[in-house]
Amino acid sequence: MAVDSKRELIDKLRQDILRMQGFAPPESRAAGGIGLGPVENAFPNGIFPRGTVHEFISTSREQGAATCGFIEGLLSRLMDGGGVCLWIGTSTILFPPAAKSFGVEPDRIVFVTMRREREVLWATEEALKCRGLAAVVSELQEMDFAQSRRLQLAVEKSKVTGLVIRHNPRRIGSTACAARWQIRPLPSALEEGLPGVGSPQWEVELLKVRNGHTGSWQVGWSEDGFVPMAKPTLVGTQDKKWIKTG
Amino acid sequence: MERRFASIWFRHLSTDRMAIRQPELREVPFVMATPVHGRMVVSAANILAESQGVSAGMVVADAKAFLPGLEVIDDQPAWTGKLLRSLGLWCIRYTPVVAVDPPDGLLLDISGCAHLWKGERAYLTDIVSRLRNRGYDVRMAIAPTVGTAWAVARFGKKGPIVEGGGEREALMHLPPSALRLESTVQERMHKLGMRTVGSFMGMPRAALRRRFGDQLLLRLRQALGQEDEYLLPLKPVPPYTERLPSLEPIRTAPGIEIALRQLLETLCERLSGEGKGLRTAILKCCRIDGRMVQIDIGTSRATASVSHIFNLFALKISQIEPALGIELFILEAPRIEDIDPVQEALWETAPGLSSPELAELLDRLTGKGTGCTVHRYLPDAHHWPERSIRPAVSLSEKPPIPWTDDRPRPTRLLASPEPIDVTAPIPDYPPMLFRYRGEVHSIKKAEGPERIEREWWMDRGEHRDYYYVEDQKGQRYWIFRSGHYGDDRTRQWFLHGFFA
Repeated sequence: MAVDSKRELIDKLRQDILRMQGFAPPESRAAGGIGLGPVENAFPNGIFPRGTVHEFISTSREQGAATCGFIEGLLSRLMDGGGVCLWIGTSTILFPPAAKSFGVEPDRIVFVTMRREREVLWATEEALKCRGLAAVVSELQEMDFAQSRRLQLAVEKSKVTGLVIRHNPRRIGSTACAARWQIRPLPSALEEGLPGVGSPQWEVELLKVRNGHTGSWQVGWSEDGFVPMAKPTLVGTQDKKWIKTG
Repeated sequence: MERRFASIWFRHLSTDRMAIRQPELREVPFVMATPVHGRMVVSAANILAESQGVSAGMVVADAKAFLPGLEVIDDQPAWTGKLLRSLGLWCIRYTPVVAVDPPDGLLLDISGCAHLWKGERAYLTDIVSRLRNRGYDVRMAIAPTVGTAWAVARFGKKGPIVEGGGEREALMHLPPSALRLESTVQERMHKLGMRTVGSFMGMPRAALRRRFGDQLLLRLRQALGQEDEYLLPLKPVPPYTERLPSLEPIRTAPGIEIALRQLLETLCERLSGEGKGLRTAILKCCRIDGRMVQIDIGTSRATASVSHIFNLFALKISQIEPALGIELFILEAPRIEDIDPVQEALWETAPGLSSPELAELLDRLTGKGTGCTVHRYLPDAHHWPERSIRPAVSLSEKPPIPWTDDRPRPTRLLASPEPIDVTAPIPDYPPMLFRYRGEVHSIKKAEGPERIEREWWMDRGEHRDYYYVEDQKGQRYWIFRSGHYGDDRTRQWFLHGFFA
């Protein structure tokens, strides 16, 4: 009896802490989904955390393009209902018309180009403080713990989702981000015998999840949204353990 | 208040300018000349040349015939205009409203300015003596109307200052050309024996209009003050300006902030009362060492919110160098637009592109002045990939044509296509493999070709045949061949983008 009540109390406290860190409570599971199916189970309470900062690692140009495609897929859900996204970087090489095929109206993305990376970080922080935005994507190379902590503090107040793409980072230290992703392109899905190139497929790997568990999944994209493959190729620990990361 | 105007006439503007630049010319007769129908014609002559009978309009060869020592210099009419403008800007120290009066004069609206020089006589003497000291031969007159001041400056013999109500008396003995008339009208008057303005001033207006047209009557009425005449000031005075002098020189950032907030509160109260908002604002700080420093901001949407404008300025306050101290703050709003109150109510309900928070954020980002650019793209009616998008003019601009996704387009497009080496069967098959940055990609799946023609009315060159290909690792690329295969030419292939 005493053990049970203690466990309940601890569970409740855990939920409170999660809520403070920007993770949604389990009740909103039905509403807050992003269509990633099994991938979302890796997060606490099984919901993709909005209002937090996510970090994406890309080590080649091809991975960078795949990451952008995956993020555009995420944005299509985050920007539901007329939201606006800010895309901040040192150069614009994203080709807006492609966003349309991922369900995002390209004219709802505002591109901000800064001259130096330090200014990109400043602009990202300013943008994350702004409540009028659905999401902020920023392209960077380096980000240390203190800088990521600043971004995390900004989103905790405004509940904006921050997505940071890090191209070819020299050093991957620990950050205060809710999750660290890596997206790799996989051969496209195509019915046997048909010519051409099919719909895109990615290997989505969660390298780090705060209070969740890591893993690797195969995810495709169709016109309706993400198509998670039935058979997950889990790498991380299967059982739900509270791992302290970041 | 009584209106007072001053007219300054530079009698030898272009020759004075040459003499100031080359002092040795002061002692010799010289003329400025321009080619007219293959002959050099005098366009201006200095005093020495004039006194010996050379005048503007004379052919240079004729003038040289009776004055062999005459120096001839090529005239550059553009210089005179520039010089007149800079002289006008110099005159702003005497009055804020200065207008250029081509070809060789300036007009000043001096209403309420002369008392600072202790009277009009001293005011006039100050301007004339300063200009004469610089080497310009000037005449100046002050009168209640522009027309009378102009006439007296050029033709007046009695005195340079015409008191209020004395226009008729002053004009009476001047020739008709003092009224700024067209040369044909002047010639006709001369023929009819009207040698002074007084000789026709009393004639019936209908008779004058029938013989000389409306212009004469208009000029006469303007000179007599019966019709208003407006000057086009060189530096328009912004109507939305606030000034704040400080008793003690301000040297600290908090001091500047207090002054700025005070100025903004009065300006924004006035703006919102009139239903307007500002798009640009300039804060000018006059320092006690006589220099002026200024910072400016711009907003993406008309606003009259004190806190927002203050935040934009706050990013730049550190750029102000107060030196020994600032004694006067001037806040100007040169660009004003109407605020639509209905739209403002809409913003509060719908977040998105029209949200005021987004506009304020973008103002903050661009306002820091570190080379930040903001773009939003709209589709453009071109198939050529680089031209298929164009930057939107404003945040509220809607796409004129719908976005299309019927053709594969890469997520990342290279700014300029990069050449690749390929192994491809001819004539029209996708390559079997290609080499990009030292790495060989063998193509497993491909889609295409999608031929995109160049828009011949915009640029010339070969068309492109695009293929959407996937290599053995599942990486997807957008590659194209430039032009047809043909004859013995080999065609270059390029990589233009990466697919997700």
